Amino acid sequence: MPKVIVNDIEVDADPKDNCILAARKAGVEIPHYCWHEALSVVASCRMCLVEVGEKKPDGTVVMGPKLVPGCQTPIKDGTVIKTDTQKVKTSQALTLELLLLNHPLDCSICDQAGECYLQDYTYKFGKAQSRLDEPKIQREDKYHIGEQIALFTDRCVMCTRCVRFTREVSGTAELQVVARGSHEEIDVFPETPCNNKLAGNVVDLCPVGALCSKDFLYKKRVWWLKSADSVCTGCSTGCSIHIDQNEDKVYRLRPRTNPLAQGHFMCDEGRFGFKYISDERRLTKPRVSESIALSKKSNGSKAGGLGDLNFSDPWSDVLEVTRTKIKEAIKTDARGFVGVLSPFMTIEEAYLLASYLKQLDSRVRLVLGPVPMVGTDDMYPKGPKGEAPEAGKVKFTIRAEKCPNRLGVEAVLRHFEGQVISVAQVAAKADATSWYFVGGYQHGWVDESIDRGVGKPSLLIVQDLFPSPLSDRADIVLPSGSFAERDGTYVNHSGLAQTANAAVRSPADTRSDGRILMELTERKGLYNAMAIRKEIGGVIRSLAALGVGDLGENGVKLNASNREPVFS
Amino acid sequence: MTTKSKREKTVKWGEEPKIGWMEAMYLPAVMSGVATAVRHALSGKPMTRQYPEVEPEIPANYRGVHRLNRDEEGRVKCVACYMCQTACPANCIEIIAAPAPKDDPHWENRDKYPATFTIDELRCIYCGMCEEACPVDAIELTSIYDLTGMTREEMIFDKEKLLSVFDKTIQSGQDPVRTNRGALGPASEEAETAKQGPPPPGRGRKG
Repeated sequence: MPKVIVNDIEVDADPKDNCILAARKAGVEIPHYCWHEALSVVASCRMCLVEVGEKKPDGTVVMGPKLVPGCQTPIKDGTVIKTDTQKVKTSQALTLELLLLNHPLDCSICDQAGECYLQDYTYKFGKAQSRLDEPKIQREDKYHIGEQIALFTDRCVMCTRCVRFTREVSGTAELQVVARGSHEEIDVFPETPCNNKLAGNVVDLCPVGALCSKDFLYKKRVWWLKSADSVCTGCSTGCSIHIDQNEDKVYRLRPRTNPLAQGHFMCDEGRFGFKYISDERRLTKPRVSESIALSKKSNGSKAGGLGDLNFSDPWSDVLEVTRTKIKEAIKTDARGFVGVLSPFMTIEEAYLLASYLKQLDSRVRLVLGPVPMVGTDDMYPKGPKGEAPEAGKVKFTIRAEKCPNRLGVEAVLRHFEGQVISVAQVAAKADATSWYFVGGYQHGWVDESIDRGVGKPSLLIVQDLFPSPLSDRADIVLPSGSFAERDGTYVNHSGLAQTANAAVRSPADTRSDGRILMELTERKGLYNAMAIRKEIGGVIRSLAALGVGDLGENGVKLNASNREPVFS
Repeated sequence: MTTKSKREKTVKWGEEPKIGWMEAMYLPAVMSGVATAVRHALSGKPMTRQYPEVEPEIPANYRGVHRLNRDEEGRVKCVACYMCQTACPANCIEIIAAPAPKDDPHWENRDKYPATFTIDELRCIYCGMCEEACPVDAIELTSIYDLTGMTREEMIFDKEKLLSVFDKTIQSGQDPVRTNRGALGPASEEAETAKQGPPPPGRGRKG
C-alpha cells in the first residue's frame, strides 16, 4: 500500500488511485468536474489542479514547480499532495471565474440548483465577483437532444462527461462537442437524438444544470426531496437506487453507486418506469366476495360486520376472515391449497407467507409465480453497429428477467418445498382447490393458461397491485404495496442480497405486503424487515448470510458455498 | 465548560431596578396617567380616529396583502423558483411550476413560470420573508390592511387574484413597485456585476 501525504495527513492509498481518490481517503475534497470514476480521464476542466510533490527517503519534501491535474496524476509511495496552499486556492478561484464567464446564473429557475457542483464549488472555492465586462454569450436551449433529456446549452461547462458516457458506457456515441473555443457546444447529429436506453444517466453525470431530465423538469425543487435507499425492481440486475419523494409522491429515481451490483448507472426503463406505483387503476381497498361477507354476517361474529367496510378499518375484519378461510381450506384439502409466491416479493415477505402456510400443514404446495422475461439480456457498450460487446467488456446489462428477486424467492421455496415448482405446472394439472396468489407485478401477469388452470376454485385469495382476471373473481382481494412502499431484501441475478427501504407510505387503504403478512400470519408486533432477516439467516441455510441483519449499503453476496442451492 | 463560558460572554444578564418607597406606592405613576387623560380632554383636539370614514395613513413599509407583480410585457414576473415557498415560515404559499409556453411569442424569452400560485391569506403571518427571498421582486406586500371575506375559500388567493391586487394597487398609485431587479436577480445582470467587481490587482484594464 503506497503511503500518500495529503495536506500533512498520511493515508494508505490504492496503487491505482489518482490524486482525487487518494485525497478523498484522507477526507480532503479536491473539486472536479470532468473526472468521473466510471469514465476515462480527459483533465479538461482544470478544477482539480493541485500541488504534487514527493517525499524523498531522507525525509525532504520536493514539490513540483507547476500545478498538476489531480485526476490525471497517479500516486506512488511518498507522494505529497497539497490542496490548501495559496497557489491552489487562487487557481481554483480563477478556474471557477472562467467557467462562470458565460454561465447565465439562472439558478432560480434551474432544476440543478441545490445539487449543483457549480453552486457548491463556487461557495467553497470560488469568489463572489466576475470581472467580465462584455455581454454573456447566450445560446439556444436544445429540447431536441433526446426524448428524455433537454440541454440548456448556456449552463454547460464543457466537462464532456456526457459525451464520454455515450462513447464509453452506452457505446452509442450520439452526443459530441461541436465547434471550438468559446463556441464549443454539446450537440447531436441532425435526426439522431440521444435516445439510447441509458440516456437518462447523462442527467446524473452532468455536474451542472445543462442536461436536465424532461420528466422531472420543473416538477420539484430538489431540496424538498427526501430520499430512501432502495433497489430497482425493473429487472434482475437489481440496480441500487435512491427513491426521491416528497409528501408520499415519488418524483424520480436515481442510481446509487454500488460496485457489487451495477456500478454507477441505471437504465431508463427503471429510471422512468416507476410511475405505475401511482396509477389510478391500482387496487385500493381490501375486498371480500359477497358470499363470504353474507355468511360472516349471518354468523353475527362481529359488530359492524363486513357490510360496513367503509366505516371501520377494513383490514382487521378482512384479515381475520382470510385467516379463517385459509385454515378451513387447508383442513378440507391441504394438498389442494397452493400458495403462489411472486418473484417481486422480498425474501422476508416470501418467508412470512411460506413459513405460515407450511406450519399450518406441510402438505400445502408452494410455487413460484410467473417470471416475466422480455427479449434477451441487453448489454452495453454497444458496438458501432449496435452489436453487443465481447464478454469481459460489458459495462452495463439490462436483463431479460424483469423481476428483482427470483433467486431469493426460489431459495425460500427450496427450503420449504424442497424444489421450485412453477405456477404454470400446477395450473396445467388443475388439481388445486384453493389458491393464495401474491402478485406485485408491474405489468399484467395473469396469462390465459394460469387463468384457465385456476378456473373456479373453492377459495381464491389475491394479494396484488392491479386488477386482473383473477382479482375480479377472487373471494378475497388484498391490495398490496409497490416497491417504493416495501422494506425487505432482494437477491439479484448474481446472488447479491440488497436491502430496500420504504420511501413512501402506502396510498389509500393499501398496505405493503410485509404488513399484510405480518398480521395475517399471526405474528406479534410490527413488520420489521431486519428482525425477520435475522430469523431467516438462522433458518434457511442458503440465506445464512442474511443473519447479520444489516446488510450495509452495498448488500451482501450470498456465500460461494451457498451459491449452488441459490443458483441451480 | 466551554459552553458556559461562551454563554457568559454572549449573554447580558439584566437586573431588576431598585425602587424606593415613593415608587413602591405607585401613586405618582397613577397620577401622571390621570394627568395625561385630563390634558387630552382639555386640549379640544379629538384623539379618536374616525376609522371607516377617515382612513389611516399607512407607512410605505407596511406588510399587508400580497401581490404578484407583472413585468413590462404584462406577464407574471414570478419565475417559479420556489424561494418564497421555501422561506415561508407559515407554509402558506403553494406554487406549481411549468415550462413556459414556448410556442407563444408572448412567452418566448421565459423558461419557467408558475402554472398556479396560491397564498392562503389566513394562514399567512405577514412577516414579509417571501418578499425578502424573491430574487426577481415578483412578490410584494402591499399596504392593503383591511382584508375581509365571508368564507375561508375566498381568502385563498390564486395567481389571478394576486395579479389583480397588483393591477389595483398600481392603478390607485398607493403601492408603486418598490424595486426593479433584473429578470433573474442581480447576479444575472452582466453589466451590474461587472461594476461590482474589484479591478484585477496590478493589471487594470487600460482605456
